[in-house]
Amino acid sequence: MTDMAVPGVVDAAKPFDRARALAAFRLGDQTFYWVTRICALTVLFILGGIILSLIIGAWPAMQAFGLEFLVTRRWAPQVSPSPVLGALGPIYGTLVTSFIAMLIAVPVGIGIAIFLTELCPPVLRRPVGIAIELLAGIPSIIYGMWGFFVLAPFMTNHVQPVMIGLFEGVPVLGTIFGGPPSYLSLFNAALVLAIMILPFITAISRDVFTTVPPMLKESAYGLGCTTWEVVNNVVIPFTRVGVIGGIMLALGRALGETMAVTFIIGNSFQINGSIFAPGTTISAAIASEFAEASGLHQSALILLGLLLFVLTFIVLASARIMLARLERKAGN
Amino acid sequence: MDLSKIFRVAVLAATAATASVGAQAADITGAGATFPFPIYSKWADAYKTETSNGLNYQSIGSGAGIKQIQAKTVTFGASDAPLTSEQLAKDGLAQWPMVMGAIVMVVNLEGMKSNELVLDGKTLGDIYLGNIKTWNDAAIKKLNPSLNLPSAAITVVRRSDGSGTSFNFTDYLAKVNGDWKSKVGVGQAVEWPVGVGAKGNEGVAGNVSQTKNSIGYVEYAYAKQNNLTYAAMINAAGKTVKPSIAAFQAAASNADWANAPGFYQILTNQPGEASWPITAATFILMYKQPVDKDASNEALKFFAWAYEKGGKMAEELDYIPMPASVVKLVKDTWSKDIQTK
Repeated sequence: MTDMAVPGVVDAAKPFDRARALAAFRLGDQTFYWVTRICALTVLFILGGIILSLIIGAWPAMQAFGLEFLVTRRWAPQVSPSPVLGALGPIYGTLVTSFIAMLIAVPVGIGIAIFLTELCPPVLRRPVGIAIELLAGIPSIIYGMWGFFVLAPFMTNHVQPVMIGLFEGVPVLGTIFGGPPSYLSLFNAALVLAIMILPFITAISRDVFTTVPPMLKESAYGLGCTTWEVVNNVVIPFTRVGVIGGIMLALGRALGETMAVTFIIGNSFQINGSIFAPGTTISAAIASEFAEASGLHQSALILLGLLLFVLTFIVLASARIMLARLERKAGN
Repeated sequence: MDLSKIFRVAVLAATAATASVGAQAADITGAGATFPFPIYSKWADAYKTETSNGLNYQSIGSGAGIKQIQAKTVTFGASDAPLTSEQLAKDGLAQWPMVMGAIVMVVNLEGMKSNELVLDGKTLGDIYLGNIKTWNDAAIKKLNPSLNLPSAAITVVRRSDGSGTSFNFTDYLAKVNGDWKSKVGVGQAVEWPVGVGAKGNEGVAGNVSQTKNSIGYVEYAYAKQNNLTYAAMINAAGKTVKPSIAAFQAAASNADWANAPGFYQILTNQPGEASWPITAATFILMYKQPVDKDASNEALKFFAWAYEKGGKMAEELDYIPMPASVVKLVKDTWSKDIQTK
């Protein structure tokens, strides 16, 4: 056992060569380590660079408008002597459309996930699951076109008048669902957004639902629970954090969605209490005005971008934290 | 001896290189107004078949066009809102009118045919101010006593991007509606009190054709190409006029190009019984000292060709070609102001 069967190799492996070979390996490892490390750092560097350039670009607007930027309703880039620009309209539109979209997409998305994991016959599970995932892959411009040509006319001619009639004269609700119906409106944009974010909520909810230990569910069924009781008392409580994480990811997408929304929101900076009125979102405002903006106007648009960046960053960071907490819990 | 030979080869090679670059860079690049896009693309097509030189024109809106030429990313910019001579001097730009056209009001009303609906400037301003909210408003009824107008709310469609069409439209409204002048004013992008914003003339045309009970303003060619219903207007002389090339020409004939520095002319609300009220010229912007002189010369060749042979094509699309006297003035400006060598 002391001598290898291949004498030539043993002879060659002198102590000196061995050290050299090992050094070569170490060099390779080191290089690989640094190359990958630089790749990773580049991402951080780019992220930092984006934030920094946004801040630099937004600086003139920050100086000119200060915190009032957040509460000013007027958006008048060509007023003399200097433009009056306020972000309240776009912020309002962004929050309202995202809120309505979440209101619709969360229950439907979780409902689909429950159906897929708990109730769906195995034959249907894969096709439905794949169809939902394909929804996530459709380019947003397609949603915009479909929304503009199909969904918006349908909602405006058939759904909005009914809702307007239903709530007419009721305080508060009468304003929120106030007429006239409009093709290009916050409501229609929110509907398209809801469909766009649905796959995110469904996919993540489904994944976290499958992490529920079968034993817990079996025990609950064994005690005579109905499917609803199992879902409501076992599955959802066990995965709550994960589901919320998925919802936050979807919210991040809804806040930043540009193309589809620009198509159907109407690009109006006016704030009207009604959800059937045209409005604008932060990203839609940037998309429709950036090409010809200059000076303070451009800076204000960059500031809008920075606001959106911060907003989505907070939302996504909290989503990550929640998902991480779930993983820790699952690990225990 | 050797040196001179090398030198000669080098010169030859350089000439060949420039020549081949020149041949490759035949595509003239321009960007700007959507208002003249139908005629520019028609001209470009004809020019390409005739000379095999292409024109790449991006209709991104006048505001963006001005920005592109200032950033020197294109050889020429196009705008329907003329720059003042101070603005031109600041950037070292030359400006001239290329063609004239008209803005018409398009509506989407069930059963309505073109020219049936009559509007005047005051009423139009009130619609765009949001003071008139429904189609059966007394002011509209008064102008159209015989029409059966719906009680539906008016959906106002306007541009969301910086637009020369908007500039001419708001200029017209400011001239005929005092409220508009004091509350909104004139500009490529104003603070619109009501309405939905759409990108480009094509965006407004698309939105109006989609949306029932809507009204919008577009260049005439867009109204015709999209089969939109357009309205007749009451002009400055108090006469009802229908959009037609004769009415546009009547308005355009009032323009005094010879005495306008930098060809700054706005043609809205012109006097004359036959004049269409919202007529506009569309302008080309180019550097007096272009960075790329070959490209600049190619562009000038194209414009000269368009003046010379494009008139008929322009009329086919209901644009009004520039009169020969103006073309002469423009050509004088070229030879005087624009460096070709």
